[in-house]
Amino acid sequence: MLGKLTWAAIPFDQPIPMIASGVVALSILAILAWVVIRGHLPYLWREWITSVDHKRIGVMYTLLAMVMLLRGFSDAIMMRAQQAVAFHGQGFLPPEHYDQIFSAHGTIMIFFVAMPFMIGLMNFVVPLQLGVRDVAFPTLNSVGFWLTATGALLINISLVVGEFARTGWLPYPPLSELTYSPGVGVDYYLWAIQISGVGTLVSGINLVTTVLKVRTRGMSYLRMPMFCWTTLATNLLIVAAFPILTATLAMLLLDRYLGFHFFTNEAGGNMMMFMNLIWTWGHPEVYILVLPAFGIFSEVFATFSGKPLFGYRSMVAATMAICILSFMVWLHHFFTMGAGADVNAIFGIATTIIAVPTGVKVFNWLFTMYGGKVRFQTPLLWSIGFMVTFIIGGMTGVLLAVPPADFVLHNSLFLVAHFHNVLIGGMLFGAFAGYTYWFPKAFGFKLHEGLGQAAFWCWLVGFYVAFMPLYVVCLLGMTRRMQHYDVPEWHPWLIVAAFGAGLILCGIVLQIVQLVVSIRQRAKLRDETGDPWDGRSLEWATASPPPAFNFAVLPEVSGEDAYWKLKHPATGQARSHQRPEYQAIEIPRNSPTGFVCAFFATMMGFALIWHIWWMVAAGAIGAFATFIVFAWRDHDEDVIPAAEVARIDGSHRAQRYAILSKEAAE
Amino acid sequence: MSTVALTEAHHGSAGREWSGPAPKRIVTGYGFWIFILSDMVMFSAFFATYAVLLGQTAGGPTGRELFDLRNVAIETAFLLASSFTCGMAAIAADTRSTIWFQLAMAVTCIFGLGFLTLEGQEFASLVVRGAGPTRSAFLSAFFTLVGCHGLHVSGGILWLVTMMAQVYAKGFRPDIQRRILCFALFWHALDIIWIAVFTIVYLLGSAK
Repeated sequence: MLGKLTWAAIPFDQPIPMIASGVVALSILAILAWVVIRGHLPYLWREWITSVDHKRIGVMYTLLAMVMLLRGFSDAIMMRAQQAVAFHGQGFLPPEHYDQIFSAHGTIMIFFVAMPFMIGLMNFVVPLQLGVRDVAFPTLNSVGFWLTATGALLINISLVVGEFARTGWLPYPPLSELTYSPGVGVDYYLWAIQISGVGTLVSGINLVTTVLKVRTRGMSYLRMPMFCWTTLATNLLIVAAFPILTATLAMLLLDRYLGFHFFTNEAGGNMMMFMNLIWTWGHPEVYILVLPAFGIFSEVFATFSGKPLFGYRSMVAATMAICILSFMVWLHHFFTMGAGADVNAIFGIATTIIAVPTGVKVFNWLFTMYGGKVRFQTPLLWSIGFMVTFIIGGMTGVLLAVPPADFVLHNSLFLVAHFHNVLIGGMLFGAFAGYTYWFPKAFGFKLHEGLGQAAFWCWLVGFYVAFMPLYVVCLLGMTRRMQHYDVPEWHPWLIVAAFGAGLILCGIVLQIVQLVVSIRQRAKLRDETGDPWDGRSLEWATASPPPAFNFAVLPEVSGEDAYWKLKHPATGQARSHQRPEYQAIEIPRNSPTGFVCAFFATMMGFALIWHIWWMVAAGAIGAFATFIVFAWRDHDEDVIPAAEVARIDGSHRAQRYAILSKEAAE
Repeated sequence: MSTVALTEAHHGSAGREWSGPAPKRIVTGYGFWIFILSDMVMFSAFFATYAVLLGQTAGGPTGRELFDLRNVAIETAFLLASSFTCGMAAIAADTRSTIWFQLAMAVTCIFGLGFLTLEGQEFASLVVRGAGPTRSAFLSAFFTLVGCHGLHVSGGILWLVTMMAQVYAKGFRPDIQRRILCFALFWHALDIIWIAVFTIVYLLGSAK
């Protein structure tokens, strides 16, 4: 009846997962209770859960990412604590638990922090920057988000029911085959990633179509803000790379569930094929994460320097070059496989070539600041912190790209330090810059500046203290993923690294405090104009937060930096004071399709993991029925009458006009 | 047909200045094309795997001993014919002729089911002869690649029946017209993939 699921699946004898999951469960229950008792449930259902508004979905993606960041970070701090104390001893984490923690940390940080953070920001910002009312497929967008949430939920269920994979963030066979990993851990990993992968693919298709087909009048390709370009590149990569991940993990699933022989030791299986396939997805994935961050930095550098982005066209070219090159370097993840000197040399050279377009970008950002009126506010601090950190990470990357060096550094803590150097310094700092930069647009008030800067400094210093020692211990011979060790030279460095993780914790606490304080002081931090940073692109042309339809009248674009041109020349000023002709606007109707679909997907995923076949069938039928019901509905749009549009837009216009005339008077 | 006309009207003769968001039919068709491309990338991963594992028979039967080209030829004929009738259904939808649409879709469905039946028979006979997917890496790759195409055809038939029901219940509404466009794209794409399966799996596989 319940497949492999028994009471033995719940780890009553292990205090750490039980306490952790107890705390998580209690806080979820507390939040749910609060929501229900205060009567917020109908509001949540109507305005958020069933919302197909790209802004709401973007916010929910980002929120999911931030919550999962806490989970991923608690794994990180446990690992650093373990390695700080496990000298000549076992530490506090037994090996099988430690292995689950580093696997969960990597999986969560990549798939459920980095991905949703970036997809969230792209979802929120891109339609606003393109000057349109929504993405190409609003309901599909909601489905994509909820499927991602399903994956995150399944991974967290593994904390209480059963176990998680002990195979690292990429389940390399033959270790991940049934012979060596008979438990449900790898199955949790596989189904969580498969389900959320469908969500990612859907959102990739959606954003590619949006950028290519849904832009306001006059917004030609070379007038798009840089963030839209990097969004295009990222989502093209998603569309081209994620199907490979799906296929690869499907093969591993067939090996595990039906006894196929893709990657097994027996019957002609080829485990190195897994490495090749997974990294043809995995390397583009690196750029899927970092390209949107490059876009964010481009926006931030231009805005906070009060100058157009330097070398806009070279930036576009560099972005698209990275997009293509990212598919040509996957083999550098396993130079030690034995492909031979020629093959390794080709991939080594291809890898170092990627440093060229990246270098072009760095110089463009530097020259954007050069001669500008630079304002050192939190988003810019994150961006400068990024530039320094990312360059160090890039240089260690070029070292790793040299095959002979890689034979020494492979699988060592040097690698771990390198990719944290680029992922934290590149992607995560970018996400935080974007979060601070677009927060006032999403909620109508800024984040507290002082606390933001304090958080930045804790993160930056904490990052260096935590990860620079890892380069050193690598040179002292330490490999990655060690549960305990007995080399006295490593010990002090690992204690320093743990201290660095503590500093990062301070940064995270400060960010939480910043959010709470900003919400409490929102009246003081209110953004009345819709343009708190003196921005250059169209998202700043509308109110903060924007109305459901984004723009009462779609803006017309006549050049790069669309909003800058609109607000500065005298013609632009005059136009913004004229009362436009308002028309009724059709907006897509809310739909619970995404949520209901995710409910059935969760059910199906859980049932597949535990081999509860009747429940798999029930989930599949439920999901299909949901789509039929959705396809059968007769009204998929709501109309906002012209008078209502005029009322909403008029008040914003009056407000902005008052501020502009005040500024003019000064 | 109507897609082409709309595209030209939409982009205008100048073609330089972007004239604003594209109409829904274009956006939907375009997005679905991108989905099809991503689906083809997935198939290409299975094709690459098949190519790598082709010789890994683990002492078991090879493609030459297993494949029955006559059966495959009939399958191919069914699928190509279904693509033709699917095109007829799309024309019928454009001209809003319910009877011809339902008829063409029904024939498409029958051809699709015929294809699936033959494929099912082939799979069953292989398993009975001890050449199931667990026998060797080669057979794992074969069953997965061909089976994945078969699963797509099955999903397509489910979609086809749904579209027949939708047109019956709701008529040719614009949103249903867009879904018919997507369905037709999907069905033709499966044909393209089948041509690759036919060539790479069956023709090259029988030569070895």
